[in-house]
Amino acid sequence: MEYVVEMLNISKKFGNFYANKNITLQLKKGEVHALLGENGAGKSTLMNVLFGLYQPEEGTIKVRGKEVDIANPNIANDLGIGMVHQHFMLVENLTVTENIILGNEPTKMGVINIKEAEKKVAEISELYGLAVDPSAVIEDISVGMQQRVEILKTLYRGAEVLIFDEPTASLTPQEIDELMHIMKNLIDEGKSIILITHKLNEIMAVSDRVTIIRKGEGIGTVTTDQSSPEELASLMVGRQVTFKTEKTEATPGEVALDIQNLVVEDNRKIAKVKNLNLQVRYGEIVGIAGIDGNGQSELIEAITGLRKTKSGTIRLGGHDLANESPRKITETGVGHIPQDRHKHGLVLNFSVGYNSVLQTYYKQPFSKGGIMNYKEVSKFANEIIEEYDVRTQGEHELARALSGGNQQKLIIGREVSRDPDLLIAALPTRGLDVGAIEFIHKRLIEQRDNGKAVLLISFELDEVMNVSDTIAVIYDGQIVSTVKPQDATEQQLGLLMAGHVGNSEEGDRL
Amino acid sequence: MKSKFNSKSILVPLISIVLGLLIGAIIMWLSGYDAIKGYVALWNGIFGDAYAMGETVRQIAPYILAGLAVAFAFRTGLFNIGVEGQLLVGWFAAAYVGTTFELPTIIHLPLALLAAAAAGALWAFLPGLLKATLQVHEVIVTIMMNYIALHVVNALIKASSGTYKTETIHDSASLRSPFLEQLTDYSTLHYGFIVAILMVIFMWFLLERTKTGFELKAVGFNDHASQYAGMNVKKNIIVSMMISGGFAGLAGAMEGLGTFGYITESTDFTGIGFDGIAVALLGANTPIGVLFGAILFGSLKYGSLNMPNAAGVPIEIVSIVIALIIFFVASGYIIRVFLEKMSKKKEAK
Repeated sequence: MEYVVEMLNISKKFGNFYANKNITLQLKKGEVHALLGENGAGKSTLMNVLFGLYQPEEGTIKVRGKEVDIANPNIANDLGIGMVHQHFMLVENLTVTENIILGNEPTKMGVINIKEAEKKVAEISELYGLAVDPSAVIEDISVGMQQRVEILKTLYRGAEVLIFDEPTASLTPQEIDELMHIMKNLIDEGKSIILITHKLNEIMAVSDRVTIIRKGEGIGTVTTDQSSPEELASLMVGRQVTFKTEKTEATPGEVALDIQNLVVEDNRKIAKVKNLNLQVRYGEIVGIAGIDGNGQSELIEAITGLRKTKSGTIRLGGHDLANESPRKITETGVGHIPQDRHKHGLVLNFSVGYNSVLQTYYKQPFSKGGIMNYKEVSKFANEIIEEYDVRTQGEHELARALSGGNQQKLIIGREVSRDPDLLIAALPTRGLDVGAIEFIHKRLIEQRDNGKAVLLISFELDEVMNVSDTIAVIYDGQIVSTVKPQDATEQQLGLLMAGHVGNSEEGDRL
Repeated sequence: MKSKFNSKSILVPLISIVLGLLIGAIIMWLSGYDAIKGYVALWNGIFGDAYAMGETVRQIAPYILAGLAVAFAFRTGLFNIGVEGQLLVGWFAAAYVGTTFELPTIIHLPLALLAAAAAGALWAFLPGLLKATLQVHEVIVTIMMNYIALHVVNALIKASSGTYKTETIHDSASLRSPFLEQLTDYSTLHYGFIVAILMVIFMWFLLERTKTGFELKAVGFNDHASQYAGMNVKKNIIVSMMISGGFAGLAGAMEGLGTFGYITESTDFTGIGFDGIAVALLGANTPIGVLFGAILFGSLKYGSLNMPNAAGVPIEIVSIVIALIIFFVASGYIIRVFLEKMSKKKEAK
């Protein structure tokens, strides 16, 4: 069998730390080869080695059977290796064609021949079914379309091997389907693909073979249709993973959070939460299912004190929280795992230790008489690192340096350790791998089992159905339905989330 | 955190200074002046005798305080360009309290220092308030407040003394020290440098050891997360500007209670406030860094005054040479990258 690209026993060190250790990846011509690993396992490092951004300490790279030295990305380009980056490298106010030819402009007597280039771009787009308008301006087109421009860019430069780095991270479900289709087209035209991802369903859907790496080490390569998501997951994290979250029946108690007729406006003074009613009981997880932009953010901000309410009440165990300060609300017993962990959850330039006391730094034992006691902060931080398995070099490391999953564990540790009566978890597993997701779900359920109220907001139906005891569907700023997960199907919930109230049969008329 | 101090952190500034001196020498040589003679004059201007050393240390003190003012605001996410104006109002307040009251030293001197700090803080309060409540950018407001300060202070001098200059302050409010003057061959060295060093320690303590410091730094790095964590972001912005202004006011007190003992009407800024920006950036906005930055800045500024007289290098060339040295220190990044490349090559071999 002929291999297009072979990376043999690659090792890459940063200081004394092995980011890649003895990894072998062999890409056959015409296959989709998935590269699977947890966040921080070393997938991106390996691909950056192939793309010429890093030089490996050990190992050899062969392209079409010939040993090569890829010293920089230009050499990778010349060898026919193209990368579709996770964060697009596009100039927003230039057109599709201008972006594609950037740095490689075809000229006619010193003038850029844009017509010629547009024609060529249109041809390639046609060939692979990309449906990109060559003269559209980047800032006017959707994220999915921008990604196709990235794909076009590599093809225009003659790529035979395409590396996709977490390509579905910012796409809608429909765009993901379309991308999968495009990948098949590419394969049909004789290209080969390396797909970096930690999403198992994508791997099952589109790949031929999978190479798994764990903590920087190559675990092996398996053929996709002889494997299963369960096997891949356990290979990736190094232990058995349960997909169905284990939990006992909930024993809900008194009402904890009681929201009545809540109205909240966004920054443009448009009502986003409209007369919303919601109750969460002690010992219960209520999951809010809904499509992004139906008032979830404004609802959370109102409960946590970051946004003023227009009218209505928010009560927690007898206290009125509406329009209170964030500190007062925190002290009343609300914990919050925010939607955007970099913006609201952490001070990235602060150490892990400082972040662990971000809300409690002013209390004893962390400070007394206005003077901080950093010994106590360290002690506390180490407890959280230990108990919540935060993988870090220590409490002095900056939060910025942690992987997404570990940042999230740090936040959860901080919030849960305050033992809040109500824990709000907004998209707590976004961007995390299976192992971290499992850990976080367990912690939410544990909190419930300790008799606390948990409010989960998620855009992933799987998550809401798996973890919640009660599902509240939000649409256009209102809770349109409240169901038990065992009484609902994904189809029904999907229709409710799209605003089809009542029986699904009648829904089509709306 | 541990690796903060290694051989590089000393090597980089050293190489920078040497490079700056070399290029400065080339400039002097190309302009037809004796570079060696020029640098000997610079050296003598700084360390030549007790008098020069006294004057150098005296010059460093206001630079430390102006540097702290800029650095403190910077650490909390604010850019205080108004140090110059805050310094002027502080200078006037110090001189006013120094001349108006007659009190025992133990009360009078602290009171005069406090008045200077309070005046600076008050002058910085307004930009802080505007930033916190109306999101008016502090750079614009502080720059404009500088001009207002210059002319308001001129008017206040005239109104309070009837002439272009206030009376000299009472001895009980003075930072002057016959002991230090004697020690340094009758230079104008005064106790101000002790105040400045105390403030270096104060800033370190405030940022690294207190609850307020924790909040100020958090807000500076990420105001969203700080607000979410229950901190009062608006209050922190105002407090930060006022503390910064307080440092600037004390820089003014160095002149009002130490070097001059009075304040005169002026048509132009002192420049110390603006140099404070460079000092803060040289010192990477840390208190100890500001101390070193101020020592470098103050020494060069004072020592270079000796170059026209002793070596015949015109003041214009001197300014270029000094600017080059500071430029190279500030661009230490280039040297750091160079050193890293060198050590990488060594490793590869």
